[in-house]
Amino acid sequence: MIFKTTRTLIAAAVLGMTAVAAQAQENPECIAPANPGGGWDFTCRQAGKTMQDLGLIDKTMQVVNLAGGGGGVAYAEVVNKRNDSNDLIVAASSATATRLAQGAYPGNTMDQVRWLASVGADYGVIAVAADSEVNTLPELLDQIKADPTSVSIAGGSAVGGWDHLKVLIAANAYGIDDVRAVKYIAFDGGGEAVTQLLAGSVQAFTGDLSEAKGFVDSGDIKVIAVLAPERLGGAFADFPTAKEQGVDAIGANWRGFYAPGGMSDEAYTAWVEKIGALYASDEWKAVMEANGLAPLDLQGDAFQSFVADSVAQIEGISKEIGIIK
Amino acid sequence: METFANLADGFAIALTWQNLALALLGCFLGTIMGALPGLGPSNGVAILIPLAFTLGLGATPSLILLTSVYYGAMYGGRISSILLGIPGDEPAMMTVLDGHPMAKKGMAGEALAISGIASFVGSFFATWGLILLAPQLVKIALLFGPAEYFALFALAFMTLGGVSSTNQAKSAFAAMLGLGLAMIGVDTQTGVPRFTFGEVHLYDGLDFLVAIVGLFALSEVFIFLENRHGGSADGTKLTIGRLTPPMSMVKACTPTMLRTSFLGFLAGVLPGAGASLGSFISYSMEKRLKDKDGTFGTGDPRGVAAPEAGNNAAAGGALVPMLALGVPGSGTTAVLLAVLLSLNITPGPLLFAQNPDVVWGLIAALFIANFMLLAMNIPMVGLFTRVLMIPSRILMPIVAMVSFVGIYGISGSSFDLMVMIGFGVMGWVLRKFDVPLVPIILGTLLGNTMENNLRRAITIDNGDWFTLIDSPLAIALWAIAILGFVLPLLVGARVKAKMHARRDEEGSISD
Repeated sequence: MIFKTTRTLIAAAVLGMTAVAAQAQENPECIAPANPGGGWDFTCRQAGKTMQDLGLIDKTMQVVNLAGGGGGVAYAEVVNKRNDSNDLIVAASSATATRLAQGAYPGNTMDQVRWLASVGADYGVIAVAADSEVNTLPELLDQIKADPTSVSIAGGSAVGGWDHLKVLIAANAYGIDDVRAVKYIAFDGGGEAVTQLLAGSVQAFTGDLSEAKGFVDSGDIKVIAVLAPERLGGAFADFPTAKEQGVDAIGANWRGFYAPGGMSDEAYTAWVEKIGALYASDEWKAVMEANGLAPLDLQGDAFQSFVADSVAQIEGISKEIGIIK
Repeated sequence: METFANLADGFAIALTWQNLALALLGCFLGTIMGALPGLGPSNGVAILIPLAFTLGLGATPSLILLTSVYYGAMYGGRISSILLGIPGDEPAMMTVLDGHPMAKKGMAGEALAISGIASFVGSFFATWGLILLAPQLVKIALLFGPAEYFALFALAFMTLGGVSSTNQAKSAFAAMLGLGLAMIGVDTQTGVPRFTFGEVHLYDGLDFLVAIVGLFALSEVFIFLENRHGGSADGTKLTIGRLTPPMSMVKACTPTMLRTSFLGFLAGVLPGAGASLGSFISYSMEKRLKDKDGTFGTGDPRGVAAPEAGNNAAAGGALVPMLALGVPGSGTTAVLLAVLLSLNITPGPLLFAQNPDVVWGLIAALFIANFMLLAMNIPMVGLFTRVLMIPSRILMPIVAMVSFVGIYGISGSSFDLMVMIGFGVMGWVLRKFDVPLVPIILGTLLGNTMENNLRRAITIDNGDWFTLIDSPLAIALWAIAILGFVLPLLVGARVKAKMHARRDEEGSISD
């Protein structure tokens, strides 16, 4: 910690001028805690664009990409340096909750920021190649039960990440006790993982519905389970849920925003209302539909407690499977 | 000839005054962003996304603006590589090897012009490849599993000897250093942080741009400071040379450009490889094939044409998996993918069927941007070369400033600035020892992907190492790799001995 503080001080001295200039602006700002092109970046840009189209904000939302540490750099930045900013929101998702639960943001906890609202959820899917012999989730899980080394499952997150946990939740629910034996192969993003499924390098894919949608439409892969409480509507109505196949597993990658812990109550309420209005708009419904996002309508306190539950749940699973002690 | 009818429709969509103006703006901004050390194509595109949204542009005009920036930046990266020996972005790194020595020899004009032409040839053929072969090429990407990717990266490293020939031990050391640096960060295969010392900024590993700017740009500034202090500033005036390349040079480079366009394009098509690998393989292969009298690395125009054609072709190739699979093959295409998504267009297997107007409008825009860039770059050679006229005491502070502002602008993190300074000091020390810098970046850039693919392959086959030579493609790649490694040792030993004496006096970058 001392090392870090010293470094922060040096850095602050070097960049004093720049930092002051950056904080003096009064424009709405959204931090995407990843490089351009990822889910958080998308959340910021799409929400910013739609809010501006709807007239909820006057100026263009300034999107700042603050990549590093799987969101940890942005989290630390908000907690340590931007704690009382009223103009700032930060994109978050289940990945944020996962890392908070596993202590992967060193020294930070979820109650250091104010959780604003969700803007939708991307339910987890487990899919296999279109020509696979496997047709249902229990068939796949039976194979794993019989011989864990025979099935490789590809996902876009690192080991211990959300894509990995989703499979483990399903395996656990099916009575596979030693979930650590489940063979998970981490790729750089869901797209690469699906490509490897198509290439035949792996037998199954775990990811988000939005990542799988294009490949289901083209007939290249088949979704054997959606980890949603009940069947989704629209184009997704054909996908069976894990629950109806007797595997009681739910995994939603929610997307939402948090704000600095020191944000004033007025600003907090204003942001909650704005994101609520965004969520309720037809424009946002179109965005959700185009991107395979399912409804998840939580604002203010309801969202705060949802995130708290989510962190507690992930902490439980992670302990169970030995990712954290 | 449905393709041509589609392409004509695409041009009909793209050819409006507004779109042409956007393409011009994009090309210009892209070239500048590419040339500035620190700002690469992916940041250039990302920076301009808000502009596209604010202007309220539709899908096609937005894409025209952003792909012009993309292609522009691919062109622009070579400018600072050649003139200053500082790569403007990752893929332009290989251009330093021959481009900068050419500029030192007073052939800056020719180097810029020939590399502009090479860039054009690379992008031109890549765009045709994209049109004619996109659906089929996707199948090539599907042949590459983790084991094949590992073999491909091994091939790249085995041809490393082609990059620096003065002292193989030093370049091997540099590559090892790069591979070591690539270890830093959370290991995705186990979720365990390595060499991060609890510092959250290091969890995602080192940013290549930070490393490049530190190693090349800052170390250049340090060397300058040191020389000034010692009172031995080089007052030598550089001549610029002709502003257009002689026809003989273009002719000599044509086969090179064609070969490397093909190689680069293939590297671009593979989602796990990308433009950096494209220009790297293009250069080292070309050197293996054609460098009979050992002129590569001392300012051979073919050594400039090869990586430039290669990386621009790879830029076009990277659009194939992005459009046809929705899988980005490079950082920049990841950004473009996000733009498409936010415009409610989902790239993927059905894009060509569902949004033909977008796809063909985009392809037409690529052609327009490419011709525009050629037309813009050749006359501007004269303007760019003026940079060489700026005295170092003015230029170097500007380089330092641009480096700091650029890196801070991308990441918004002061930690990255410290890392950059660290790399600057390291670059300065390594230059003193004549250790080549390019292999360090290659190691850092490719090391992670290489390691991950090795471990993926091994895990999938439950720890069986023979999986690495399990497919015909993998065996073929290994065979090329081994040939590329062994042959020069046998054949090249004599030639190299002759060249050795002459080459020793070159600086650490140019070997």
